[in-house]
Amino acid sequence: MASVTTTKKFIEATGNLAVAYAVKQVNVDFISAYPITPQTIIVEALSQYVADGELKAKFVNVESEHSALSACIGAAIAGARVFTATSSQGLALMFEELPVASGLRLPIVMALSMRALSAPINIHNDHSDFMSVRDQGWIMLSAEDAQEIYDLTLMAFKIAEDENVLLPTIVAMDGFTISHTLQRVDVLEDEVVRKFVGERKIKYKLDVDDPLTFGPLALTDSYFEFKRQQHEAFKNSEKVIREVFREYGKISGRKYEPLKKFMMEDAEVAIVAMGSTVGIARIAAKKLREEGIKAGVVGFTLFRPTPRAEINEAFKDMKSVAVFERHLSLGAVAGPHYMDIISSLEKKDNVKIYDYVYGLGGRDITSKMIVDTVKRTVEKAERNEPMEVEFVGVRE
Amino acid sequence: MALEYKPITKLSDLPEENLFTSGHRLCAGCGPAIVARLTVLATQEKPIVVNATGCLEVGSTLYPYSSWKVPWVHVTFENAAAVASGIVEALDKLASEGKTKKAPVIAIGGDGGTFDIGIQALSGALERGHKFLYICYDNEAYQNTGIQRSGATPFGAATTTSPAGKVIPGKQERKKDLIGIVLGHHIPYAATATIAYYRDYINKVRKALSFNGPTFIHVLAPCTLGWRYDPSKTVEISRLAVETRFFPIYEVENGALKINFRVPKPKPVEEYLKMQGRFAHLFRPENSHLIKEIQKNVDENWARLERIEKAGQIF
Amino acid sequence: MSFDKSWKEMEIGAVVKGGSGLLYKTGNWRSEKPVIDYAKCTNCLICWALCPDSAIVRKGNKVEVNYDYCKGCGICANECPVKAISMVKEEV
Repeated sequence: MASVTTTKKFIEATGNLAVAYAVKQVNVDFISAYPITPQTIIVEALSQYVADGELKAKFVNVESEHSALSACIGAAIAGARVFTATSSQGLALMFEELPVASGLRLPIVMALSMRALSAPINIHNDHSDFMSVRDQGWIMLSAEDAQEIYDLTLMAFKIAEDENVLLPTIVAMDGFTISHTLQRVDVLEDEVVRKFVGERKIKYKLDVDDPLTFGPLALTDSYFEFKRQQHEAFKNSEKVIREVFREYGKISGRKYEPLKKFMMEDAEVAIVAMGSTVGIARIAAKKLREEGIKAGVVGFTLFRPTPRAEINEAFKDMKSVAVFERHLSLGAVAGPHYMDIISSLEKKDNVKIYDYVYGLGGRDITSKMIVDTVKRTVEKAERNEPMEVEFVGVRE
Repeated sequence: MALEYKPITKLSDLPEENLFTSGHRLCAGCGPAIVARLTVLATQEKPIVVNATGCLEVGSTLYPYSSWKVPWVHVTFENAAAVASGIVEALDKLASEGKTKKAPVIAIGGDGGTFDIGIQALSGALERGHKFLYICYDNEAYQNTGIQRSGATPFGAATTTSPAGKVIPGKQERKKDLIGIVLGHHIPYAATATIAYYRDYINKVRKALSFNGPTFIHVLAPCTLGWRYDPSKTVEISRLAVETRFFPIYEVENGALKINFRVPKPKPVEEYLKMQGRFAHLFRPENSHLIKEIQKNVDENWARLERIEKAGQIF
Repeated sequence: MSFDKSWKEMEIGAVVKGGSGLLYKTGNWRSEKPVIDYAKCTNCLICWALCPDSAIVRKGNKVEVNYDYCKGCGICANECPVKAISMVKEEV
């Protein structure tokens, strides 16, 4: 990320440890989580902070991820600032409660160490767990490295708790690749963080003198309106997210954007990716430029709500786009990044977009593989070949 | 928050205020509705209620109406105990910082949301030792979705997923011993109760809330539609369940079991079974052996409880 | 039950005010109604405690049926120890 920083403090941390450190600084009230590779270090670090008195939060060791999110929902209704974390099968088990957290409008923050979904069981990185929950009403942010996950975790609380938003938020990083890789992470001072996130303002309380009912049965004559409210909240969040990015940029020197752009000013072919692959894509873009191909990189930081305006701006003048999806949308024509791009583009006819699935189950992706794929993309675009998903890195 | 236990001796000891209001959509003569009413009448301090999905939840909180004049939370079917855990700990922390008021937390679930789908969350919450009371209102089937069998459905009962058919005469499995499961967590207080013995139930709710740890009450709540009897008989049937020793009323306080109603001259189980349509098929001549088996199970269960009571501490 | 509020006027997250259940009168569910014979009533309060619909109102130790909500289940009549309550068919 940005090299200019106004802070003097830094820590050596893996992605998981950076998340734990951020959560400690935010001074959450309540944590409930269940261990799963590759998220375990987050919960272990937080347990240690609580046991040492460095974080005065209630840490509840539940018996499953479903109960983890359930307990967080209860605590959030009671007025606490809450946090949980999971991966893959844990997220899948929590699935029932994901739309519940959103429907009850609770600003829960969850860190996701992205890992492949079974079966077969695989503990390594891909985006299938993240993508499987994209319609469940959570704001979704993705980090490229440990610095980003630290920064995004702090921002997530402020975004989620905004009174015009009140939506649960996921901050995700590549499992193992980022969650377990040691990096230098520039951190803010505790008081700066405290001042930035402020106190959680609670709209509805559990008060015996003013009893309220949370989670009623809403029949055909009212359910639809509550979903419409959530849609409005997502619309409101578009502005709030960009404001929080701006404000965070001022206090940290690191300014975030919904889409990260690299060498896009005069690019003709765009490489799209999310997570740690964005860094590899930049190396590939530089190599392609040496060979005379005007490549640029677009990385997704904000996934939900879809950064529609930024997507349109980034791709509208491209000759071709190579979309790298670390997720296989089985049975679909193309993956989620592709769908977000074509639904955001105002004019689609001149931009040739090609979808590629890579890296499933932690299969490595190299800059050479991206370079070769982009060259193929340029050729396909010139020949106006129809779009058919291709696999990069699988043994055919 | 150790509240001193003050038992009631007469109904006029209770406050007049109605915290479970009229206007709910539960059936006329609903057993669980009586449980809800008695529960909030019983509490010495206004509680926060966490309710699992089921008859009581659906019937009492249809947007924009709610019959609960206490803070009330519903999340999903199987997690009342997990949600309650979150609320208890969050309130504890926030209250210690002066940000909120504390209140006793009661989790209420049906037999479906407790015996079956909710057993994991219940076990976790009991093991962690949160200070809350879990009340299981037992109408012996998944009544809200249309009378399907649960782990609490008694042997021989007809439900829609264990019907009395030509080949299989009702549920073939025996009812889970939920108090036994709960006691495996060595919690300070667990008890059974039923609505006919309302003073006993009310005092058990009060007693349970006075402990500084997780407590559990299993209350039998007959269902007029699911058990198939005239709505006016709900309380009478729950009384017969005790008088036939079909549903023994006992409590286990700090590991010591005490039978609360000894029933010196128990009525034969037929008296209980014949009042309910869900057992009607047992009265066919070819099924008489099933009634004998039910009587045998009831007698053995009672003998088991007397043995445990005599043996002293369970833990 | 029909509705005319816009989503903008409805509570965020479907939070409901406690006790609003009273706005829905269930008295028209019944086909029989309980009638208390006060000459026999001993003010034991059993009917008040056991009514599933909280439709027996208690004023001190006196009881009264709230016909706005009574569903006519008959538990009060069945349980009254002195048989002071009788179930009477409602006029159609």
